[in-house]
Amino acid sequence: MQRIGVFVCWCGSNIAGTVDVQAVSDALKNEPGVVFSTNYQYMCSQAGQDIIKQAIAEHKLTGIVVCSCSPRMHEATFRKTAAAAGLNPYMVEIANIREQCSWVHKDMPIGTEKAIILGKAAVAKVNLNTPLTPGETPVTKRALVIGGGIAGIQTALDIADAGFPVDIVEKKPTIGGKMAQLDKTFPTLDCAACILTPKMVDVAQNDKIRIFSYSEVTDVKGFVGNFDVTIKKHARYVKEDVCTGCGLCTEKCPQKKVPNEFNLGMDNRRAIYIPFAQAVPKVATIDPNYCTMLKTGKCGVCSKVCTAGAIDYKQKDEFIEEKYGAIVVATGYNPISMDKFDEFAYSQSKDVITSLEFERLTNAAGPTAGKLLRPSDGKHPHTIVFVQCVGSRCDSCAQKGKEYCSKICCMYTAKHAMLTRDKYPDTDVYVFYIDVRTPGKNFDEFYRRAVEEYDVHYVKGMVGKVTPEGDKLKVQASDLLTNKQMHIDADLVVLAAAIEPDKSARPLATMLTASMDTNDFFTEAHPKLRPVESPTAGVFLSGTCQGPKDIPETVSQAGAAASKVIGLLAKDKLTGNPCVAHSDEWMCNGCSSCERVCPYGAITYEDKEFRMPDRTTAIRRIAVVNPAVCQGCGACTVACPSGAMDLRGFASSQIMAEVDAICK
Amino acid sequence: MQINEYKPLIVAFCCNWCSYAGADLAGNNRLNYPADVKIIRVPCSCRVNPMFVLRAFQRGADGVIICGCHPGDCHYTSGNYFTRRRMALLFSMLDYLGIERERTRVEWVSAAEGAKFAATMNDFTEKVAALGENKRLEDLRCKR
Repeated sequence: MQRIGVFVCWCGSNIAGTVDVQAVSDALKNEPGVVFSTNYQYMCSQAGQDIIKQAIAEHKLTGIVVCSCSPRMHEATFRKTAAAAGLNPYMVEIANIREQCSWVHKDMPIGTEKAIILGKAAVAKVNLNTPLTPGETPVTKRALVIGGGIAGIQTALDIADAGFPVDIVEKKPTIGGKMAQLDKTFPTLDCAACILTPKMVDVAQNDKIRIFSYSEVTDVKGFVGNFDVTIKKHARYVKEDVCTGCGLCTEKCPQKKVPNEFNLGMDNRRAIYIPFAQAVPKVATIDPNYCTMLKTGKCGVCSKVCTAGAIDYKQKDEFIEEKYGAIVVATGYNPISMDKFDEFAYSQSKDVITSLEFERLTNAAGPTAGKLLRPSDGKHPHTIVFVQCVGSRCDSCAQKGKEYCSKICCMYTAKHAMLTRDKYPDTDVYVFYIDVRTPGKNFDEFYRRAVEEYDVHYVKGMVGKVTPEGDKLKVQASDLLTNKQMHIDADLVVLAAAIEPDKSARPLATMLTASMDTNDFFTEAHPKLRPVESPTAGVFLSGTCQGPKDIPETVSQAGAAASKVIGLLAKDKLTGNPCVAHSDEWMCNGCSSCERVCPYGAITYEDKEFRMPDRTTAIRRIAVVNPAVCQGCGACTVACPSGAMDLRGFASSQIMAEVDAICK
Repeated sequence: MQINEYKPLIVAFCCNWCSYAGADLAGNNRLNYPADVKIIRVPCSCRVNPMFVLRAFQRGADGVIICGCHPGDCHYTSGNYFTRRRMALLFSMLDYLGIERERTRVEWVSAAEGAKFAATMNDFTEKVAALGENKRLEDLRCKR
């Protein structure tokens, strides 16, 4: 028989406000096995924990039940408390009477009654708990960063700085991500390339960092500390270690009509290309969709001009398998497609562009060499209309856009407006907004400068329709503050498209078994206290894959993710989860049902000699669980027809006892 | 009024990674649902043995709901697929035994869906309450 102590927490008034804590601790006193029951204002405080420790010593407790907040919150805290008092930490059970009781019920008698039942269920479970000892597994001291934008770059640099090897996997031919495409950055107006490219060079020169560019993660197996990852390296038809990046091939290639994705299709590149001058790795890549040699076998110009002999038309996709201790997701974002927003005439006129396209238009390395010219006729635009929240904060039109605020658009539009007025003072700039949201260091000052010093016309209201007419764009909008309709003849319309997670994130989340929210942003382990960790142990989040962010926030999150990775890789061994499956060798008949449902391959079979009751020996085939590989899902326990499989910590008898306690 | 005072007993099995966290989120957001729902935490929805469901009905539960991660999002890769198939069979068998379909349910609730959790529980409790007490499988030996 266990000697159980029950500790009911008030959580200030969070629990005590709707649950009569005294009644709960009194009611649970009479439950089987309970020898001590009390309540206290804050069980998780030092004083509260001391009450638990003292009771364990005084009453020789063998198990404890804490009626408090969710076990996802403080289970670890109370396990540590128990361990400090010499009790096995797995003899602790939590009855969740805050999140799942006091916070969702308003009525005191009802809340109290439910809290008592939940407490009884936890007592019933503890009665059947057994002390558990976690096993240990070694840690592979190498990290994987998926995505080579500013988030991935910063994370990799920080991890490498602590002395651990890091691999970056980037699906594009170069690292750099979206930041490489930007012109200037708010609120300081630094040139993006000037602050990004030195970091890219640092990555290339760091001997702890390997870059797998033009590559993708295709498979992830294993668990924290021991991930087995398969990386597919796409054939670029150029030997990476031989190419010097001289760029001669990209000048001589006869296939000139390939839309340049780096400039968002606003100009053309060749079929063999280096995305931009500062690309890392600076290696040419052949686009197999356009290369005449690869398609018809007749050309070979690049291989003739390449003095280094780097061209290899017969290159094949390569699969690399590597072990990692930790994985950082930094897959970033994309602006949403403008297909569903045709009221702004994006598909009808070349002069309606997205903000990222505007960024390329003003970039000195862009299609117009930094001159702000209309894509349609190459003339200077004299009236520019910026439309905010295109697809963001779409409450009623969630089918079309996103419900959330994309966070960066207000600031970059202020930047675009300011830069335009600075370079071309004869230009009229209008910005249509729902709200201007500029929280952040020096952000509001920046926006006010745009309004006050640069005379940008900020108009509260949305643009209803854009109609191309001749070489003008008729913009119809409403000014909500004066309650008037506005008609503007614009030369250029810039749409602040909402941002969404990269499409590769969803399949990746499935591979990593990391959870996502309804918008496909990765969920964090705790929104406030563990913002850079995914709920899946060993998987960390960096940058916009977790939610919309600007560059300063991305860099700080990248550093935070790196520090978490370093903390993990610095350990030699990880203590595992002792709540794993085990089979009763006398009941197991070796039918293989459990092996078939195990997602981790943790179950193997061995032949074991048994002494039978009639003193003969028999050799029987039985299932054996590898506790280091088992993750404790319990699939095998239900699949087992003889009931030989059980799960430690969530044993069938324990769950049955909980059911019984709840159903009285 | 008399009918409204009947309180059904509902057992909810929630997987640790999605639905239990979703229930916590419902709490964080103070989204009310009936106190008749009592949650049992399991590591994965596939840990729910049909025996547990039968036991609950045998002991007088009026409804049993199993919540897990959305298909494809299982923390353990494939557990909820087993749940989906297994419970489809179990529920059709229970239906045959006279335990109405409305008393049993499998629902996918992610960790971010606190509102869905509360809405599901409200709806389920309402449906079960409308059916009244479950006497079909109740084991009288337990009633002594």
